[in-house]
Amino acid sequence: MGQDFVVLSLVPILIGVLAAVSCALPGNFLLLRRQAMMGDMMAHSVLPGLIMGFLLTGQVSGWVMFAGAGVAALISALMVEAVVRLARVDPGAAMGMTFTTMFASGVLLLELTGASGVHLDVEHALYGNLESLIWLDAQGWASLIDPVALAGLPPELAQLAVVAILLALLMWVFWRPLVMASFDAGHAAVLGLPVGAISLGVVASTALASVAAFTAVGSILTIAMLICPPATARLLTNRLGVQVVLSVVIAAICAVVGYGVAGFGPQWLGLPGAVSAAGMIAVTSGVLLGLAAAFGPHRKAG
Amino acid sequence: MIQAFLLQSGYNATLVTLGAMALGLATGAVGAFLFLRKRSLVPDAMAHATLPGVGLAFLVMVAFGGEGRFLPGLLLGAGVSSLLGLWVLQGLVRGTRLPEDAAIGIVLSTFYGAGIVLLTYIQGLGAGRQAGLEGFLLGSTAGMLREDVYLIAGGGVLVLAALFCLRRVLVMVAFDPGYARVLGVRPAWVDAALMALVLAVVLLGIRVVGAILVVALLITPAVAARMWTDRVGVMVLISAGIGGAAGFGGAAMSAAVPGLPTGAVIVALVFAGFVISAIFAPKRGLLGYLRRAA
Repeated sequence: MGQDFVVLSLVPILIGVLAAVSCALPGNFLLLRRQAMMGDMMAHSVLPGLIMGFLLTGQVSGWVMFAGAGVAALISALMVEAVVRLARVDPGAAMGMTFTTMFASGVLLLELTGASGVHLDVEHALYGNLESLIWLDAQGWASLIDPVALAGLPPELAQLAVVAILLALLMWVFWRPLVMASFDAGHAAVLGLPVGAISLGVVASTALASVAAFTAVGSILTIAMLICPPATARLLTNRLGVQVVLSVVIAAICAVVGYGVAGFGPQWLGLPGAVSAAGMIAVTSGVLLGLAAAFGPHRKAG
Repeated sequence: MIQAFLLQSGYNATLVTLGAMALGLATGAVGAFLFLRKRSLVPDAMAHATLPGVGLAFLVMVAFGGEGRFLPGLLLGAGVSSLLGLWVLQGLVRGTRLPEDAAIGIVLSTFYGAGIVLLTYIQGLGAGRQAGLEGFLLGSTAGMLREDVYLIAGGGVLVLAALFCLRRVLVMVAFDPGYARVLGVRPAWVDAALMALVLAVVLLGIRVVGAILVVALLITPAVAARMWTDRVGVMVLISAGIGGAAGFGGAAMSAAVPGLPTGAVIVALVFAGFVISAIFAPKRGLLGYLRRAA
């Protein structure tokens, strides 16, 4: 353990946990508002924005890429609205159309501009690069208080920490209106709450979480963490506050356990190599959900 | 490029292009019926759920000393795991209080994660034989065998034939399940038949378009066709036409330009079909809307 752990595993685990928590927070409200597929959509739609950001700056991380992904998320949200209004189709169809188009355009951008293979490739976008976010400047646990080494931390860590704290604060401050508008939009509107703005806020928070998580951990983990931990928590409790706290705990457990199993699982089974950590974290979240669906105290309606 | 469109760039490329067109026709037509049932995102979960089956089938076939890329074997594995995903989805919807959209997302992300785990494991084996399995993620017509194309094109034709036979009950159940029941048609059975056809086109499509994007071929042509007409029969034909044209164009373009991912091109083309429809469709299109407003 010791030094190897700090250099190789500490930062990926922290990033995994922060990404999972950032996604699980807005995921609770998506679940409540029956917009769970919004997460799926956002997680696919940010790809072309990320690639545009990369093409502009030539760097695989950084705030330009982050901004590009944000713009892509915004475009996709507007496109869903436009398709629903214009073609009068159900939101599911509009979302399915939007995210496949955005994702396909991202893949095309990647292949046509030659960005592929140099720094970015499609696999990177799909299952992230969690394992490669290592902390080269670390010498051991002591580096945690060494400012020089801390400056060498992957920027994704700071981005995700900022996003997770921001989302948690926003949720804490706006808790009451959020809950009221999500449970009963009609009643909330009568009370004079800005229901439209709240709805927009939920979508924007989802986009923010997706963008931050996607850059660090890829689409698969983003989708899984937006949906699975809140859904698992939903089967364990009837109280929304408890559900949110539980979902955060579950998301963190998924990240740690999934990362560990991906790194060491094949060795335990006597098999060579390691497998994708992002994929394994998603599988872990599915297993936990399966357990909750089979044994959870509040799995049935009512 | 022009040669590819005129089917003059070799026997194999022509075959692949025609196969992709048959696939597009079948998915477009099935998608139109699915659209009427408002279950457009269920196949997204089914398509992602094929991935672990593909990986497992590959491992099993290699373990028995066979050729890991044998397409019928891979599709069998994909079909089994997709059905398992659908079963879990139904179980979550019926057995818990989670809404259907959450259940779709859960199945999609968990199975997709399991698929990625298996694919990265297979890559780690480094036998070099895994080349081509990534094609199941984003679709690729490169390296397709002639038998694979026959399988995809033949399957597409079978799906179209089945749709033609089922068209009346499908429409009836979509619009008026009560009336269908009076006539002795069981909506649950018709829905099951439709999902079987959806599964068939998803399986045929994952090799060409990829598991992540194949759902576009089921949704977008139907939405585009909806812009033009209110009549079901016409809508199915237009939807199939858009899907077929996109399949044809996408396969031809990716054959002409090396490195162009087939699935992404096809998806971009069906979206182009939607944009054209959204602008020019007489009643619901943007131009018609402006003309009425003026």
